[in-house]
Amino acid sequence: MSILVNKSTKVVVQGITGKEGGFHAGQCREYGTQIVAGVTPGKGGKKADGVPVFDTMHEAVEETKADTSLIFVPAALCADAIYEAAAAGIKLIVCITEGIPVNDMVEVKRSLVGTGIRLIGPNCPGIITVGEAKIGIMPGFIHKRGRVGVISRSGTLTYEVVKQLTDEGLGQTTCVGIGGDPVGGMNFVDVLDLFEKDPKTEGVVMIGEIGGDAEVQAAEFIKKMMKKPVVAFIAGITAPPGRRMGHAGAIVTGGGETAAEKMKVLKSAGAHVLDNPAKIGACMTQVLSSIENS
Amino acid sequence: MNVHEFQAKQLLARYGVVVPKGKAVTSKDAAEKWVSQLDSSIYAVKAQIHAGGRGLAGGVKLTKKREEVGALAKSLLGITLVTHQTGPQGQKIRRVLIEEGVAIKKELYLSLLIDRRTGWPVFISCPEGGMDIEELAKTNPQAIHKEYIDPSSGFQPFHGRNLMLNLGLHVMGPQVAKLFRALVGNLYRFFMEKDASQVEINPLVITEDQEVIALDAKVIFDDNALARHPDVLKVRDLHEEEKLEIEASKHGLNYVKLDGTIGCMVNGAGLAMATMDLIKLAGGEPANFLDVGGGASQETVKEAFKILLSDRKVKGIFVNIFGGIVRCERIAGGIIAAAEEMHVRVPIVVRLQGTNAEQGRNLLNKSGLKLKATTDLWEGAQAVVELTSGPSKKSRAA
Repeated sequence: MSILVNKSTKVVVQGITGKEGGFHAGQCREYGTQIVAGVTPGKGGKKADGVPVFDTMHEAVEETKADTSLIFVPAALCADAIYEAAAAGIKLIVCITEGIPVNDMVEVKRSLVGTGIRLIGPNCPGIITVGEAKIGIMPGFIHKRGRVGVISRSGTLTYEVVKQLTDEGLGQTTCVGIGGDPVGGMNFVDVLDLFEKDPKTEGVVMIGEIGGDAEVQAAEFIKKMMKKPVVAFIAGITAPPGRRMGHAGAIVTGGGETAAEKMKVLKSAGAHVLDNPAKIGACMTQVLSSIENS
Repeated sequence: MNVHEFQAKQLLARYGVVVPKGKAVTSKDAAEKWVSQLDSSIYAVKAQIHAGGRGLAGGVKLTKKREEVGALAKSLLGITLVTHQTGPQGQKIRRVLIEEGVAIKKELYLSLLIDRRTGWPVFISCPEGGMDIEELAKTNPQAIHKEYIDPSSGFQPFHGRNLMLNLGLHVMGPQVAKLFRALVGNLYRFFMEKDASQVEINPLVITEDQEVIALDAKVIFDDNALARHPDVLKVRDLHEEEKLEIEASKHGLNYVKLDGTIGCMVNGAGLAMATMDLIKLAGGEPANFLDVGGGASQETVKEAFKILLSDRKVKGIFVNIFGGIVRCERIAGGIIAAAEEMHVRVPIVVRLQGTNAEQGRNLLNKSGLKLKATTDLWEGAQAVVELTSGPSKKSRAA
């Protein structure tokens, strides 16, 4: 078991004929992901590295029965790409692109309410179920099939944590990068809920950062609903207020948005909160073995 | 992107928002010339810098005497204003806004932004204007009203009525009620059409002659949407932005200057923040946030070194790269070439992890450069703090 994606997931890549889209579609395929189609308007009928390319999402889904889309199209065209995927019957949309205008995402997010369609991202590394499907830009080889679920707003910091979990021998079930934008698809609570219900996942690592209150919501959920242990790190304890730290969403504009405040609420919710991001793997080992021994 | 108050007011006025009659000037002469065309019982001279807190810092002057306006403008122009938002270095005043004052009957607070929890636009209003909303949220949260706007149906007349009733404006006569409801609709239209990320009118005033006027205005625009708003991009003021940050963005680097002594160069925003936090945890102070992005080529590494070293406070550099798609030996090559060309004089600690990390580390160790290579994150952070703290600190620790 795992969450959201597995080896039977069929993926269509939107923007497959672009440089990024083409490269990463190849990497995902190499990992074992079923990349069944690509879509680039005007390039239908061609093949991209052996993958059939269609003009429209509707055709691609009809021909290949794809259920998931992976988006690499330029930021200005992303809202359209997401709407097209939703209209074509795609159930899970993974949007890698960075720099989408926030108001576009406000309208996109609203349009998905009640449809049952899930969106991961934008501005994220994607999702990987270890040993089954990699739908994103993360390096596959650092992962090891195992016991821990990972949720993160960051890219390379997630790889850092994944490597630590691999080195500890714990491995991962599924890793989800929910992205660094202020308005996006799935949040911490959505993914924590799935991990709590997944029989293979024994513990969860959650990587948050300054800005917004998604971690505060996560703390409420952990306190009320979670039995599995959560190890959490919040990046940006040294970030000055009012300054944007790389990610569009990583900015402290109001109360409750600082790293210190988020760490405090997560701690009081029962999460194992670390101030040293180099010790996340070791902490999870300790937490899981203390559960086994009790 | 931030804009000045006078620019925000000009942009809002195009959407029907009423603002005081005013003009931004850069000299005493221009101030005197402009004020000679005004006829008011009171005049405002307001420093135009992006940072807030101007009033408390002495950047806003009021006078009833028209002949004083020129001198007041002169007293502000060219000086450096330090507010709680500028940092200790302050910000130079290059322009002042000269406005006609208004006879205030009531002051209100009104802002519009995206609520991150719902992903919906939300108006925030408060019947007490002119004060710090953050402070008020702590001391008197009941005074604050939030009016959420469903983005699928947009702004509707009932939103205007709700806001009006919550602010108690229905008792101020039909003209005020009508003007106010029109104003909030216009603000919403501006916000969505211009891709603003925040509009704050503080205070919004009701005048003695029943007008509804934006006495102050702060607008922030979404950087991601600037490409579709050339009119907004045109009013960007680079003087208000950190020079090194502008230079960095030209090379695809994301840089934020801080006050410490250890320069950081990292790939990825989250890891860059975590690296700063680790330096602090190890007893040092980060000099900056710097995300070199996914590429991290020799060229970008070189530009990054240039930017780090132009901050004179930097006494050591910590390079932290997690090679995913990017291979570490390539990055090591880039670091060596850049460090040689730049004659980097401060100690460098390079932590490489991920794809071909071992090869990268070997290259660095053989380069003959004065740098320390490691694969362990915590060890790297401790090493750079150790190398940059002077002997005095060491002896204290011993």
